Amino acid sequence: MEIVFLAFILMLSIFLGFELINKVPATLHTPLMSGSNAISGITLVGALTSAGAEHTVLATVLGTIAVAMATINVIGGYMVTDRMLAMFKKKGDAK
Amino acid sequence: MGIELLVNLSYVAAAVLFIFGLKMLGSPATARKGNLISALGMFIAVVITLLDQSIIDYKWILAGVVVGGVIGALVARRVEMTGMPEMVALFNGFGGIASLFVGWAALYGMDANTFQLITIVLSILIGGVTFSGSMIAWGKLSERIAGKPIVFGGQRVFNILLILAIVAASVMFTLNPATAIYLYIVIGLALLLGIMLVIPIGGADMPVVISLLNSYSGLAACAAGIAINNIILIVAGALVGASGIILTQIMCKAMNRSLSNVLFSGFSAVSAGGAAAKIEGEAKAMTAEDAYYVLEAAASVVIVPGYGMAVAQAQHVVKELQELLEKNGAEVVYAIHPVAGRMPGHMNVLLAEADVSYDLLLEMDAVNPRMETFDVAIVIGANDVVNPAAREMEGSPIYGMPVINVDLARNVFVMKRSMASGFAGIDNPLFFKENTRMLFGDAKEMLGNIIKAFN
Repeated sequence: MEIVFLAFILMLSIFLGFELINKVPATLHTPLMSGSNAISGITLVGALTSAGAEHTVLATVLGTIAVAMATINVIGGYMVTDRMLAMFKKKGDAK
Repeated sequence: MGIELLVNLSYVAAAVLFIFGLKMLGSPATARKGNLISALGMFIAVVITLLDQSIIDYKWILAGVVVGGVIGALVARRVEMTGMPEMVALFNGFGGIASLFVGWAALYGMDANTFQLITIVLSILIGGVTFSGSMIAWGKLSERIAGKPIVFGGQRVFNILLILAIVAASVMFTLNPATAIYLYIVIGLALLLGIMLVIPIGGADMPVVISLLNSYSGLAACAAGIAINNIILIVAGALVGASGIILTQIMCKAMNRSLSNVLFSGFSAVSAGGAAAKIEGEAKAMTAEDAYYVLEAAASVVIVPGYGMAVAQAQHVVKELQELLEKNGAEVVYAIHPVAGRMPGHMNVLLAEADVSYDLLLEMDAVNPRMETFDVAIVIGANDVVNPAAREMEGSPIYGMPVINVDLARNVFVMKRSMASGFAGIDNPLFFKENTRMLFGDAKEMLGNIIKAFN
């Protein structure tokens, strides 16, 4: 049953993703990419439990590296997206 | 039980914020807020996860977060806008390797059943391919590796054998999860596959590869989520996976090629070149001063930037020229081809950096119908995306690709470093047209000279 449940979530999310992204104008493709890239750093959530659960030394080491890598992805991704989007201005916008 | 429920409810909230955030990224007016909302979702998901009872020790988590946070923040602050494609490739790779490790570490936390073992292998595979593929893409984009497709005899056979070996090793691992050697083989082969997938792809096709790797990084997180039974990983990963695939499709459509053609055409190399008709004529060069006289009299100008503008860091001088022309009474717009540059939307970001209003950046389909009305089209460091051979020369490798029809404008100025053909290695008949003039040299310098003539 659990497999079916997970598959359902997976399928609905994929369709939702298609619907959400389909209408993004070309101008925003780069920020969209780095912004969604930051979201893929969600794997950080999984890494946290591996790094802190003290299962085995290897799992802790792997978890810690994963936490560091995913954090780079999350922090860097969101910050750089924000930096980019701050530059997108229309004529007449307040500077 | 109470805490677990709280954690999962917070994941739902985080998912809602991601969805709103992505939706708001769809319009320039709300995009910045959307990104913040999505970051808030991430913050909630991370903080709530720390309450998880299976976490006993926080010191390693803290160490990882501090190290990663500092590096991420520094890179994000320092990176040049022209270096954006490399950086996105690098971040993709980090996300991929993190998912690989999460899948791997999951092996030690539970007594995994076959289904879980399969998902663990999947997250390791996708994570590994994303990581090594992204590293190669990063190398190519930052020119640490040659941008040309790397091909060798028997590549196709080699890749098929590689995939078969991966399947075999994965099956062996799922059957004997206690034998670590199979796991190492799977990891090694996944990394090798990532490399093999990206080396045959040329620089001009990088927008497709980056979009695809972006999608993979999401799918890797998604697979890791299934492996460790974490819903927010599945939802967020799938959202990213889907968005990456859409971008990939848009890029492929813009080149009139199928995804498999982009990924594998390097194998057969560009052999059709010789069959195409020879291009007759002579390219006519002109000086910056001559260009000034024409521009001074022009009432409407369209600027078509390409990767060359990024290389020359010419976006700020371009903006300066735009202001001069506007002061002179001319209308100035920009025509952006979907695959101009090295990643989707590359040119838009550079021009935004130079403070060009985003409503002046027109998409190809908006400009082409009125191309005849422009007095001057200035092509800055673009080649294949303005190549009329795509329209006129059947048999040309890019025949059928939608291009910006600059040759239909009254005058065409092409700024280019030399007569060398573009990344696709195809001759461009545009350079030999009656109404085309070539401005040889560094784009930034050339534009500077024209601006000097204006003053």
